[in-house]
Amino acid sequence: MRKSRTLGEIVFDIFLYVIMTGMILIMVLPMVHVIMASFSNSTEVLRANGLILFPKDFNIAAYEMVAKNPNIFSGYRTTLVVVLCGTFLSIIITSLGAYVLSRRNLMWGNTILGIVMFTMFFSGGMIPFYLIVNNTLHLGNSIWALILPSCLSTWNLIVMRTSFCQIPDSLIESAQIDGANDFIILFRIVIPASMAIVAVMILFYGVSYWNSWFNAVLFIKSRTKYPLQLILREILVNNNTDEMMTSVALAERDSIGESIKYATVVVSTLPILCVYPFLQKYFVKGVMVGAVKG
Amino acid sequence: MLKKEVSLKGNSFAVRVKKDFLRNKYVYLMAIPVLLYYIAFCYMPMYGAIIAFKNYKIVDGILGSEWVGLQWFIKFINDYSFVRVLKNTVLLSFFSILWTFPAPIIFALFLNEIRSNKYKRVVQTLTYLPHFISLVVICGLIVQFVGRDGMITSILVNVFGMERTNLLADPAKFRTIYILSELWQGIGWNSIIYLSALSAIDLQLYEAAELDGAGRWRKMFHITIPSIVPTIIIMLILKLGHFMTIGYEKVMLLYSPNIYETADIISTYVYRIGLLEGAQYSYSTAIGLFNSIINVMILIIANKISNKVTGQGLW
Repeated sequence: MRKSRTLGEIVFDIFLYVIMTGMILIMVLPMVHVIMASFSNSTEVLRANGLILFPKDFNIAAYEMVAKNPNIFSGYRTTLVVVLCGTFLSIIITSLGAYVLSRRNLMWGNTILGIVMFTMFFSGGMIPFYLIVNNTLHLGNSIWALILPSCLSTWNLIVMRTSFCQIPDSLIESAQIDGANDFIILFRIVIPASMAIVAVMILFYGVSYWNSWFNAVLFIKSRTKYPLQLILREILVNNNTDEMMTSVALAERDSIGESIKYATVVVSTLPILCVYPFLQKYFVKGVMVGAVKG
Repeated sequence: MLKKEVSLKGNSFAVRVKKDFLRNKYVYLMAIPVLLYYIAFCYMPMYGAIIAFKNYKIVDGILGSEWVGLQWFIKFINDYSFVRVLKNTVLLSFFSILWTFPAPIIFALFLNEIRSNKYKRVVQTLTYLPHFISLVVICGLIVQFVGRDGMITSILVNVFGMERTNLLADPAKFRTIYILSELWQGIGWNSIIYLSALSAIDLQLYEAAELDGAGRWRKMFHITIPSIVPTIIIMLILKLGHFMTIGYEKVMLLYSPNIYETADIISTYVYRIGLLEGAQYSYSTAIGLFNSIINVMILIIANKISNKVTGQGLW
C-alpha cells in the first residue's frame, strides 16, 4: 500500500531511529555502570573518571559485604512481609471497593464515589496525617503503619472499577437469578473475569509497597523494623557505609566502600526488574483502562 | 429491574432508603472496609487539620486545644522563609511541568511513527524500566553520579571542561538535576497513556488523508495530535491538581542545607518544622493547609478554563 518514500520521509526515519537509540542508551548506560561498578574494585571506581562499561579489577567482595550485612537482611525481611501482606490486603479491599462502585442501581453509589474522588484533590496534610496515625490510631513504630495507610490507592480503585464496569450485566444478572449473593458474584464471577487487571494491580501495589519509604520515616523508630528502603537511604543518600564494614580492616575500606553502594543497588532492585518484563503486556492494559475513564 | 425502579418512585425517602438497603445489603457490607480506610487515613486527617486554627498540645488533644484563629497563617506570611519556600515550590513545579509534561507526548508521537514493531517494543521495555526503580535508589544514584568524583560530573568535566565540584551542593543546579532525573524516570511510563490514545485513532482517517495526498507531517498535525488533545487536557488538569505537592519525597532525598535557597519547598519546610526540628504541630499544619488550599484553587481554575476553552474537564 505504501508508495515509495520521499527523501524527506527517509530523513525523518533516520532521525527517529537516532533519537530512539539515544533514548535507549540514556536509559541503559547508567544501569550498566551500576552493575559493572558493583563488580569492580572501589579505588578503581573512584578513579574511573566516567562511565564504567566493564568491571575494573573484577571481584565480588562488595557482594560478600552486602550478604554479611545484618541490616540489609532485616530490611529485606520487613519489606517482604509488608509487600506480601500489603498486596494481599490491597487487592481484597480494592476489589471490594471497585465492585461497590461498579454497581449501577445503588442509591448511595454516587455519594460513595464522591467521598472517594474528593480525597484525590484535597488532603489534611502531612502533620495531621502523622498525628492521627501515630497518636490517635496508635500505629506508630508498628509494621501496620507501613501497610494500612497505603493499602488503598484511589487511582487503582478507579482503574479497577472501570474494568469491572465492562463486564456484561447479563453475566451478573444471571448469577443473581441463580441466587448468588454479591460476595459470590465478586469472587466467583467478576474477579475471575478480570484476572488481567488483578495482575496489574498486584504489580502496581507490590511495586509501591516495595519502593515506599516515607511512611517508614514518619512512623518507624526502631532500626530493627526499618524496611529495605530506609537502609538503602542510609547507604546511598547519606553515604554511610562504615557500619557495613566494621569487620573490614581500615586499610581495606577504601577499596570496598564505593562498590558496596552499587552492589546494594543491584541486590535491592533486581527482584523487581526481573519480574517486570513478564508483566509488561498486562500493565500497559491497566494504564489503558484507566485512560478510558480519565 | 425496571419494575422495581418504578415501584420505588412515589415512595417516601425513608422507604426508598430502606428498600435500597435491603436489596443491596451485601454491597453496603463490602463498602464498609473501604469507607473505614477513607475515614481513618483521609477524612480524620482532614478533621485533624483544624489544629491549624488552634494551639495544639498533645495533652489537650485535637478537640481540647484552644482556638487561636488565623494566628499561624499570619505568622507564616511574616516568616522569613515564606517568600523563599513559596517561590521555590512554584518555580520547581512550573519548570518541572514545562519540561516533563510535553516530553512523553512527543516521545509517544515519535514512537508511534516507528514502523518496526520489534524495535518499538525494545524501546518501550527499556524506557518503562526506570519507573520501577525505587525513588530512594534513584536519588542515591543521583547523589553518587553528580558528586565530586561521580560518573556524570566526570563526563561533564572531560567533555565540557567544567570545573570539578559536587553539583548537588550548587543551588543553581538543583532544579536542572531534579527535572532531568524526573525526565529519565518518567518519560517512558508517562507516554503509555498517550500511546494507548494513539492506538485508538480510527485508521480510516489516515487512509482518507492519504488519498487527499497528505504526507506524514500533515497527518501528524491534522489527525494524530488533534485526536489525543482530550487525553492531553485531562492529564494536564490532573497534573495541575498536584501542582503544590509535586515531588516532595524526591526533594527530601536530594536537598541539603547548602541548597535550601532553591530546593526548600513548602512540603519539605512543613516536614522540618513539624516533625524534624521542632514539634510545631499547629504552625506546620497551617502551612500545609495553606498549600492544600492553593492546590485546590489551581485545580478548580484549570478545570474552569479548560471547560470554557475546550469544552471538557474533570467535571
